[in-house]
Amino acid sequence: MASIELRGVRKSFGTVEVIKGIDLSIAHGEFCVFVGPSGCGKSTLLRMISGLEDISGGEIAIGGDVVNRIPAADRGLAMVFQSYALYPHMTVRQNLSFGLENINTPKAEIASKVDQVAKMLQIDPLLDRRPKDLSGGQRQRVAIGRAVVREPRVFLFDEPLSNLDAELRVDMRGEIASLHRRLENTMIYVTHDQVEAMTMADKIAVLRLGELEQFGRPLDLYNNPRNLFVAGFIGSPKMNFITGTVDGADRTRMHLDGGEVLHLPATGFRQVAGEKVTLGVRPNHLKASEDGAMTVKVRSVEQLGGESYVYGHTASGAPITVHSPGQTRISLGDTIRVGAPEGEIHLFDSDTGLTLRES
Amino acid sequence: MGRTWDFLTATRGATRLHWTDWASYTYLFFGVFLMFFPVVWLVLSSFKTEADLQRYPPTFLPYQQQTVTVEGYDEPLPLFEITAGEYEGMILAQLRRVGLQAQMVDPAAPEERLRVAISDYEPVEQFSLATENYSDLFGRFSFLLYFWNSTFITVMATLIMLLTNSMAAFALSKYQFRGRTAVLLLVIGTLMIPQTVVLVPLFLIVSEMGMFNSLWGVIIPGAATPTGVFLLRQYMLTIPDEILDAARMDKASEWKIYWRIILPLSAPAIAVLAILAIMWRWNDFLWPLIVLTRSENFTLQLALNSFQGELQTQWSSLLAMTVLTLLPIAMVFMFLQQYIATGIASTGGK
Repeated sequence: MASIELRGVRKSFGTVEVIKGIDLSIAHGEFCVFVGPSGCGKSTLLRMISGLEDISGGEIAIGGDVVNRIPAADRGLAMVFQSYALYPHMTVRQNLSFGLENINTPKAEIASKVDQVAKMLQIDPLLDRRPKDLSGGQRQRVAIGRAVVREPRVFLFDEPLSNLDAELRVDMRGEIASLHRRLENTMIYVTHDQVEAMTMADKIAVLRLGELEQFGRPLDLYNNPRNLFVAGFIGSPKMNFITGTVDGADRTRMHLDGGEVLHLPATGFRQVAGEKVTLGVRPNHLKASEDGAMTVKVRSVEQLGGESYVYGHTASGAPITVHSPGQTRISLGDTIRVGAPEGEIHLFDSDTGLTLRES
Repeated sequence: MGRTWDFLTATRGATRLHWTDWASYTYLFFGVFLMFFPVVWLVLSSFKTEADLQRYPPTFLPYQQQTVTVEGYDEPLPLFEITAGEYEGMILAQLRRVGLQAQMVDPAAPEERLRVAISDYEPVEQFSLATENYSDLFGRFSFLLYFWNSTFITVMATLIMLLTNSMAAFALSKYQFRGRTAVLLLVIGTLMIPQTVVLVPLFLIVSEMGMFNSLWGVIIPGAATPTGVFLLRQYMLTIPDEILDAARMDKASEWKIYWRIILPLSAPAIAVLAILAIMWRWNDFLWPLIVLTRSENFTLQLALNSFQGELQTQWSSLLAMTVLTLLPIAMVFMFLQQYIATGIASTGGK
């Protein structure tokens, strides 16, 4: 069993605290993605789990055993690095077998394991080449192969796809996902790309500035973001945010900063009369219609054929994106009215950023 | 071969020579002459006899006077061409010289002795290599012993130096520890102390440790050089840390990381340092002169020095030995410089 448990994990570099106490529990066999903007500490957290970075406070347990004092090599993990970190002076075969040699595996066994992994990742024709003679995607496979061949309890991926071009990235995404289904290992995957997170993860941990913002299944994060940050980070294109104030007398009326009035649902949110709130609504939930509550001045239109995006400003000048399926007749310079269905909105406290949804 | 030739004869002008071609080739030939001429001069001179070396004006090629064996005389006699007087145009062998007159004999008619004024003849000379300069080195002088001493010192000192310097550089470039900068500054700081200043204390230490007059006394004190540590450290800084982390995840011990990852990846820098170390060691003179006093421990440089006596210097042997001393270092350089050019490491990254 290789569950991973983080209990109040902290990390400081000098006086700067980069990880500010994270509690997280990843079950055996789960594919967990750490996602967040750059500098949020996700790679540091991964390196702390791997043992390459010391922990300033808290506990990390793998398979129930606290591993704080166990060196990286003995934690039974394997890691795929962002730059692949292949050994440039060794052939692919030597790269794959280096880890096995270090644990004194018999030669015949090394050879058979390397062959097996190479076949699985389709790098068997490349075994005698050196990393510099491989393409980015091939290097990526070798890096994954090097992790797989040692049969670790847990796989750690540190932004493994960020050096690949878009098309290859989609392919490799699928391959890593299928690798996970085949091996059924626990995997932790770090990325700054929320699309990767949404498509691959069983669980997503959203990090910001060294703190865990939300941890849960991808659709839970998408449907019930805990705060403004998660709401804005998960989902593409970004969720629209419109600020305003709840009416002093009627808490189902919201005065937008642009002067328009919007209806809020009476139940489901615990907004208080007179409170400053931020309304969140995803571009695909906005509907362009004559009776919409908001006016939008169209700034640009993207027609993708199958779907269209309309970018514009609300009356208060806040940017807003509207997604509509199919093609649209709206064009640059138009003023349209847009409505948000009551069931699809999110409401956040403007001061704390926390959701006002009743749980 | 074709590519070398193309490279050597490359010009800027496609059909005619551009003026920059003239300029660069003139400059290059001048440089070649400046650097190559002394070496060629040395090699040719090393094949001259002692007498030829003393001659004025000097000749470029080694010459020796032709001799002939004449019936009735045991020793071969030197040949002269008569340029004036009674026997003008004849080639005669000289028996002996008395004052300004020489007794000569015609090799074709050895019975008759002829008298010629020495101003009337010129020696008959031919190109000839005095190979005895070299054979003497192996026979009369124990060249091989000195060669072995030099080789032993150079090889051992270089190996020890590469090992210790690369380990120090590894620690100073890849480990974070308290006082790392201080240690590095200390190492580099020693560059500011001239060797002559520490000569006496170093000598005292060496002799206290019983290494006086031993080859190890030359090898050990120079094993750690600040230049080497600094050079290797700067190179190792360019090796990505992620490769080391990957090796750690691969359960490699720190020693293994050093031996299997860091050393192979630093090969170009190590080759550079090896060349430097070999040259320093091979050409080192002052320190061996102090530590080694018994002639059986002499290095080649010390042996060369011993050819220069207070009263007379045996130039022919000295030159021959100089050539032999130059050869190994030149070959080392030819071999390793290729290595530097090809070995620039590609990192495992993007």
